[in-house]
Amino acid sequence: MGQLVHTFFSPLDFLRAVPQVWSGFQFNIKMMIVAEALVLVLALFVAIVRGLPGRASLPFRAIAVVYTDVFRGTPLVLVLFMVLSFSTLNILGLSSSSLFADGVVALTIVYTAYVTEVYRAGIESVHPSQRMAARSLGLSYTQTLRFVVLPQAIRRVVPPLLNDFIGLQKDTALVTIIGVTEAVAQANFYSTDYFNASGLTVAAVFFIILTIPLARFTDHLIKEREKRERAQLV
Amino acid sequence: MSSAGAEVNGHFVSLRGVSKRFGDLEVLHGIDLDVDLHQVVCLIGASGSGKSTLLRCVNLLERVDAGTIVVEGQTISGTTKVDVNKLRQKIGIVFQAYNLFPHMTVMENVTLAPIRARRLSKSEARSRARELLALIGLNDKADEYPDRLSGGQQQRVAIVRALAMNPNLMLLDEITSALDPQLIGEVLDLVRTLADEGMTMIIATHEMGFARECADKICFLDGGVIREEGPPQQIFSAPREERTRQFLERVIEAGRM
Repeated sequence: MGQLVHTFFSPLDFLRAVPQVWSGFQFNIKMMIVAEALVLVLALFVAIVRGLPGRASLPFRAIAVVYTDVFRGTPLVLVLFMVLSFSTLNILGLSSSSLFADGVVALTIVYTAYVTEVYRAGIESVHPSQRMAARSLGLSYTQTLRFVVLPQAIRRVVPPLLNDFIGLQKDTALVTIIGVTEAVAQANFYSTDYFNASGLTVAAVFFIILTIPLARFTDHLIKEREKRERAQLV
Repeated sequence: MSSAGAEVNGHFVSLRGVSKRFGDLEVLHGIDLDVDLHQVVCLIGASGSGKSTLLRCVNLLERVDAGTIVVEGQTISGTTKVDVNKLRQKIGIVFQAYNLFPHMTVMENVTLAPIRARRLSKSEARSRARELLALIGLNDKADEYPDRLSGGQQQRVAIVRALAMNPNLMLLDEITSALDPQLIGEVLDLVRTLADEGMTMIIATHEMGFARECADKICFLDGGVIREEGPPQQIFSAPREERTRQFLERVIEAGRM
């Protein structure tokens, strides 16, 4: 028992590991911020393309469907290795000299596929009569989308979207396998250097501290919405 | 029936042989209808008789399968050359379920289309909206969201939202059917005001008393055709068609007249 506590919760090692793990964790935070910003925009774009009307846009819709199907089905770890392999090919000068960029690209590709579905669910949840009302006033398809459909859709999907972002934040840890020295890598270095796993505990604490505020905020939003919806029923 | 004369006759709105089907269901089966400027035409008939579909065809929310629709001398059916957005700016429609935008205040609901589609400046649109809201006595609700308003208030805002585009034709699709009985009056009063001001309107309604008093012409829809049309006194007092008589009897039995 004492051995266990010492291995994972040694106060001395804990304190000593903090700066080292923190130096790696900064990469996780940066990756998370860049990837989340890209995902927010790209997923909205893909969701809009998927909803385009008419036969002319069929090929674009098909591409969007294939994209989401493929990358929701492929494990992130695989995508990471694929992006890494792709960037070493140096096609069209698309080589990235940075593993960090490879990690961000892989996270963005996979999470855009997830978040596209979240947006799409939101767009489809807006009642068709809202579009009809907007179009009947002489607003164009694009104006209707921009001023009537999307504002309602996005409001509705904020909680599930934040939920996906909690997943993304944790998955920044996977980028360690292509060699980014982020928090998990540093924690692992520490444990092998000092034969003590408290560094891993430090990394766990960092990730938890990062996700808890987002989780509480999501809960708060869901509760607010329930309150509003109950108020509408009266 | 005169099927070729649609573009030459002088009516404000003219439908000839209009048909519309949804899959196997033929909802409209050769509708002929003329509406003159400043005329109020009421469409009556059982639910499912095609009243709503007919209104939606007039502002191209639905495309007709056959026949022609002419509005202000312009043939709008069977062509892709019509700018639907421009056309709809001139034709207001109000729905049974109000369909206000729940994420916008009353003021934003009323000014959205004038600003975005008519390209009015924000201040022009807002001052026009305030005039219209004053007309229905809801100026103090301008900054409220629709869910804070009663059904009657919401429906009046929906009417004002359509009026803010300065339409020259209004289509009202059973606009009192979702309202509590005590709220119907305030909405119908507003429609009467519009009629008095000379607004051209096509009104699908179950309010026979209102239709009798307000309409210049009543059209009884049955099985996707206009079974009978005429002035209100004639339709309500001396219907010529057996189907019209049966329908009105049922309405009277249900206490709706």
